Amino acid sequence: MKFHISKRDALPWQKSLFVHVVAILLAVGLIAVLCMTLTGQDPLSVFESIFSGAFGTTRRSWVTLQELSIMLIIALALTPAFKMQFWNIGGEGQVLIGSLTAASCMITLGDKLPNAAVIIIMIIASIAAGAFWGFVPALFKALWNTNETLSTLMMNYIATQLVAFFTIVWEVPKGSGKIGIINSDTMAGWLPQIVNQHFLPIVVALLCTASLFVYLKYTKHGYEITVVGESQNTARYVGIKVEKVVIRTMLLSGGMCGLAGLLLTGGINHTVTTTIAGGMGFTAVMVSWLAKFNPITMVFTSLLIVFMDRGASEVATSCGLNESFSDIMTGIILFFIIGCEFFIRYKINRTKKSGKEA
Amino acid sequence: MKKLKRFLALALAATMTFSLAACGGKDSDSSKGNKSGVKIGFITLHDENSTYDKNFLDAAKAACEATGAEAVFKTNISEGEDCYDAAADLADGGCDIVFADSFGHEDYMIKAAKEFPDVQFCHATGTKAHTEKLANYHNAFATIYEGRYLAGVVAGLKLNEMIDSGKITADQAKIGYVGAYTYAEVISGYTAFFLGARSICESATMEVTFTGSWYDETAEKTAAQALIDDKCVLISQHADSMGAPTACENAGIPNVSYNGSTASACPETFLVSSKIDWAPYFEYIIGQVADKKDIDTDWTGNLSTGSVKLSEFGKSVAEGTDKVVAETQEKLESGDLHVFELEQFTVGGAKLADDYKADVDTDADYTADTVVVKDGYYSESEFRSAPYFDVQIDGIKFLGDPKF
Repeated sequence: MKFHISKRDALPWQKSLFVHVVAILLAVGLIAVLCMTLTGQDPLSVFESIFSGAFGTTRRSWVTLQELSIMLIIALALTPAFKMQFWNIGGEGQVLIGSLTAASCMITLGDKLPNAAVIIIMIIASIAAGAFWGFVPALFKALWNTNETLSTLMMNYIATQLVAFFTIVWEVPKGSGKIGIINSDTMAGWLPQIVNQHFLPIVVALLCTASLFVYLKYTKHGYEITVVGESQNTARYVGIKVEKVVIRTMLLSGGMCGLAGLLLTGGINHTVTTTIAGGMGFTAVMVSWLAKFNPITMVFTSLLIVFMDRGASEVATSCGLNESFSDIMTGIILFFIIGCEFFIRYKINRTKKSGKEA
Repeated sequence: MKKLKRFLALALAATMTFSLAACGGKDSDSSKGNKSGVKIGFITLHDENSTYDKNFLDAAKAACEATGAEAVFKTNISEGEDCYDAAADLADGGCDIVFADSFGHEDYMIKAAKEFPDVQFCHATGTKAHTEKLANYHNAFATIYEGRYLAGVVAGLKLNEMIDSGKITADQAKIGYVGAYTYAEVISGYTAFFLGARSICESATMEVTFTGSWYDETAEKTAAQALIDDKCVLISQHADSMGAPTACENAGIPNVSYNGSTASACPETFLVSSKIDWAPYFEYIIGQVADKKDIDTDWTGNLSTGSVKLSEFGKSVAEGTDKVVAETQEKLESGDLHVFELEQFTVGGAKLADDYKADVDTDADYTADTVVVKDGYYSESEFRSAPYFDVQIDGIKFLGDPKF
């Protein structure tokens, strides 16, 4: 008996969903086996801890939703660039520069302008800074066809070093290398709290999801992005200015990352550190890919990643396992989800024995 | 499709089997036999893979073992809103005390302290408790400069041995020091170490370089190597990786370590290590809460409380080191000797003024606000627990041009 593999037509969504569910169940099964054999831990208590870490109390649920929102905004930001096959892996730097700009407004303008003015300037400046961080690699690409994977990555390091530099300028106390909470007395430049401090990012994320969905699916810009992504030659043939689309899309991508940075500094942490983006700029690449660049699906893929991440600390706390173990779990789940794509795109056929082969 | 169904059934069955096999969540072990009835939550910046955090985690486990308090650990908590979330979550979870170990956690601990007035928030290395004036927020540190001074004595004896054996001449006795930041804690540390060494070896000088990070193995190794290349004959460091000790072991240069012995990794060159033992502090705060007593706003552990410790000596220390160190320690404990005696150092060629002020109350303008000289010595860690020694004494030079 022999097998051969052939490409299959698009699978109906029900079947595709089914394959994904099976993949996740298998991953969970494997994790359970690993849990028991390697650590002697009872897998149910590990799963229970993960869930409790993410949704165990009202506060934890809010924080999970807040982190989900930031992750989602960054993943959404990267999506239009990816759709046009522009590999923007500079999300981290674009977020950081947005954060740094917001922090610099809070520090330098906090006691000089009325709060509303500070906040408006912060919003504009942070988005513009993020957009600029996306614009530079896009311009290089458009003018000299430089490799954007490298240039966006390099821009991350520049942003990190800038933050490190300004941390020393604004550190309190002297020499400590930390800025601490900015304007903790006056709260100048702190984004307003609606309902509670976690709510604002959630609203922004919802707005971003909806608008990006519409933008990509129903507008001319969105169509142009898709065409450029499919084939630049086709795009040129139909009269799309590819360079213009690349630059415009990267301004959008960087600007949204800058917005995430603004929320991190102005709305959540009220400070800036080199690690404030916490690697989300890179994780968001995976989130966006897993969702196949669909903004709505991205809500669920970010939830998966954030859920596992939030669960991780609880696993470390209550099961005495190192946080690396939850990284392993996330890895297994991702492996199965990405692996199951194979069965969605291809089918395995059994080749019947024929006389000739015998 | 039929096959898929069979497959799914199998998968579900498997999951259910696992679920059944798993019975009863695991309760925290330490809750049994909790004599004090105190529950304490620990927030650390990294986990046990970092020597800095391991020092806290080990002490926490020891103190909870000794007092029977129930411990909850939250590791890998970054210095941002994460810390507030973790602290609030611990408070939600019924902790009587929440402790955080990293300097950058402070503002977020204060935020949580304001929200949970019935929970005690304790923070190591912080500077703001005495100015925030919250009844439930406390800072703690230890007189680690005394430990550094003693380690300096060990280094001075080693330098003398090298001079006596003709390995170096007296004016070649240059010590190298790898610091993290130009922060008071680091300045206090290397100055105390240098004064300790110079109290034994009069011709000792020192060269300091900074890495700009608390943990950067490559940078620390490179920095140590740069000092060795610049003819430093003995190295110490205030940073958390194995970078500097490894560079010393490779070059055969004696090394004085920090926060734990590096004897096993660097057997030939390890001299001694000073460290802060946090267990006495943890036992103190657990005891105070159990007895419903107030915790000090600023708590400073010292040699007598067992908070400042020297490790065992390495095999290459000079003969008679243990005796000299024991004598010096006795003098420090009795108060006959102060590390920063004004007679023992000069700044820009002159003795430090009797009314010298340092920035003790943290503010963005670094205002020097408190007279820190007392009875002829710079009184470190008295006006707040965290170090505030900020003068550049003569005899210490810098590689490059650090900004103070």
